Amino acid sequence: MTLRRIFIIATICFFSMGLLISQANAFDGEYKVGAVFSVTGRGSFLGDPEKKTARMLAEKINNAGGINGKKLELVLYDDEGDATKCNLAVKKLITRHKVCAVIGPSLSGLSLAVIPVAEKYKTPLVSCAASYKIVHNKKTGKPYKWVFKSPQSDSMAVKAIYTHLKNRGINKIAIISVTSGFGASGRSELIRLATEYNMNIIADEKYGPKDTDMTAQLTKIKGKAPAAIVNWSIGPTQVTVTRNWRDLGMAGIPLYQSHGFGSRKNIKLAAGAAEGVLCPLGGCNIAELLPADHPQKSATMDYLKDYTAKYNEPLSSFGGHAWDALQIVVNALTAAGNDKAGIRDYIENTKGFVGQHGVFNFSPDDHNGLTKGAFHMVIVKGDNWALVD
Amino acid sequence: MEKITLASQLLQYLITGLTVGSVYAMVAVGFNIIYNVTEIINFAQGEFVMLGGLIMVSLHVAVGLPIILAFPATIVLVTMIGILIDRLAIRPIRRPSVLTLIVATIAVSILIKGTASLIWGKDPFDLPAFSGRNPITFLGAVVQPQYFWVIGFLIITAVALSIFFNRTIIGKAMTACADNADAASLVGINVKQMILLSFALSAAIGAVAGIAITPISLMEYDRGAMLAVKGFGAVILGGLGSFPGAILGGLIMGSIESFGAGLIHSGYKDAFALIVLLIILFFKPSGLMGSIEISRIKRF
Repeated sequence: MTLRRIFIIATICFFSMGLLISQANAFDGEYKVGAVFSVTGRGSFLGDPEKKTARMLAEKINNAGGINGKKLELVLYDDEGDATKCNLAVKKLITRHKVCAVIGPSLSGLSLAVIPVAEKYKTPLVSCAASYKIVHNKKTGKPYKWVFKSPQSDSMAVKAIYTHLKNRGINKIAIISVTSGFGASGRSELIRLATEYNMNIIADEKYGPKDTDMTAQLTKIKGKAPAAIVNWSIGPTQVTVTRNWRDLGMAGIPLYQSHGFGSRKNIKLAAGAAEGVLCPLGGCNIAELLPADHPQKSATMDYLKDYTAKYNEPLSSFGGHAWDALQIVVNALTAAGNDKAGIRDYIENTKGFVGQHGVFNFSPDDHNGLTKGAFHMVIVKGDNWALVD
Repeated sequence: MEKITLASQLLQYLITGLTVGSVYAMVAVGFNIIYNVTEIINFAQGEFVMLGGLIMVSLHVAVGLPIILAFPATIVLVTMIGILIDRLAIRPIRRPSVLTLIVATIAVSILIKGTASLIWGKDPFDLPAFSGRNPITFLGAVVQPQYFWVIGFLIITAVALSIFFNRTIIGKAMTACADNADAASLVGINVKQMILLSFALSAAIGAVAGIAITPISLMEYDRGAMLAVKGFGAVILGGLGSFPGAILGGLIMGSIESFGAGLIHSGYKDAFALIVLLIILFFKPSGLMGSIEISRIKRF
């Protein structure tokens, strides 16, 4: 009797286990993609939305049946904004987790630090950081073989701003920038491209990333009476600059911000001072403003709806970079399968990919795939942006 | 857009420098209160400023308390945190040496910063200015109403502290601990209570500084460290342990930064402050108002 009962129970267990296993095996194998973001630490405002976006996109892809019937497994590491940790994380992803491609890191400095790793292990890496140097090898004058990046370069933002200034007939400008990597890189691009656009930089001021007040720098600029001011920073300082600019009665001198101003939180934090501030933004920031026939309209609107519904927080443009990076890799995986060289070749030949921040056209000489057309100039009106042209 | 005259520019640099310097001075005073009683440098001093700003934002903006209620409530909360630090991190250490206690305050500052990033997230927060944001023009220079509040708070803090330390029994008892803790306990002063009080006071002053500066510069979870560094510079400049020195040091640091950024080069403004600091220490190693005799008998 007892023996019989045990037998029955064992049989039931056996079959239900089989059922469970087959349930888990709805996917026929998996594709592993690595991700390294600065989820915590100094770059957390980048890494946090990037992580959330990558998770959300991977989930969406798997719910829709995965890639060619295989599950997309996202292996995510937090580098905490630390170059050593970032380096280790990328090595671990490649050697231990055997991922077929890596997206990230979030920061330019860290991306530069892991280029040698990606090159050594011959693994495609799609960075989510801005610097032009990530996809430009100074020695050869060409991109690194295995490294790509999804965000627009700061040089494109500078070109967009200079083009706008030129169309307004302004050529006497003051620049003010934060001394962090983002500000320093933007500043050097502003200076490098000035001659090409006939811009005369009459003041070049700086401030620290944690400074409390920029009145002194702006007073100096006011004394030199430029026709426009370009500020290059991220974080709270760009709001402080905007407020100081307004308080000093300098609203008559148009203030241009970098693409780092791309969050409506900044308009709110400026408490009215941001009215009339201009900045270049990617399509992802202004999904609602894009005309209905714009190629990016549907992609950006979908992302906006999904993200705000899932996380109940405003969309940040930085998440869009992770969306672009992961989607580029996923497209390559769909076409080339689990073959690193195949993925790399596919990405390099990707044309007309519609992403959050522009329409990407990669080539062997261009591992970013975007042009200055990926930026739209917008102006702050009330508590929102409006397109200008 | 009319051009601004050099005189107005100079006035503007001075006003900005004094405002920023007032915050450094308040942080410096906080350092000194704890140093005088315990001989330790409290590395969590900047976190008090950050907590003051962020708690005020929560109480005033999120909860909706009027400023008149949110202000004292914030100070009380931050003071409690100061007391907790003494109870949980400083007092339990067995056989404390000055160095272990200093390391403990570093741990506390990391803990507070981490907790704050979990509670408030990593975004900066804004606090409405106490008397609006309409700037006043004065001889061509622009003055934010909030500047008056910041400088006013420094004056109130300085007056209140000098009355406290010179006119009240508890204040004098604290000064006694500062002079010689063993002798103070011999005459019946509870030194442990005084240490607790020093953490409470210094947390309260940090909170005031945080509340005052947030409407100008916003506040986020990791701003404390930078303010602590500037405040510490002010302490050293003025002379470790000296209150007038701390205030003077803070105002000088702020002004040098402002004038340096405006007149010479904004990229090196932090360097100017440090260069002046080094020059002064070279000629007067105990700081502007410090005394070499007192610093000899201190352990640190």
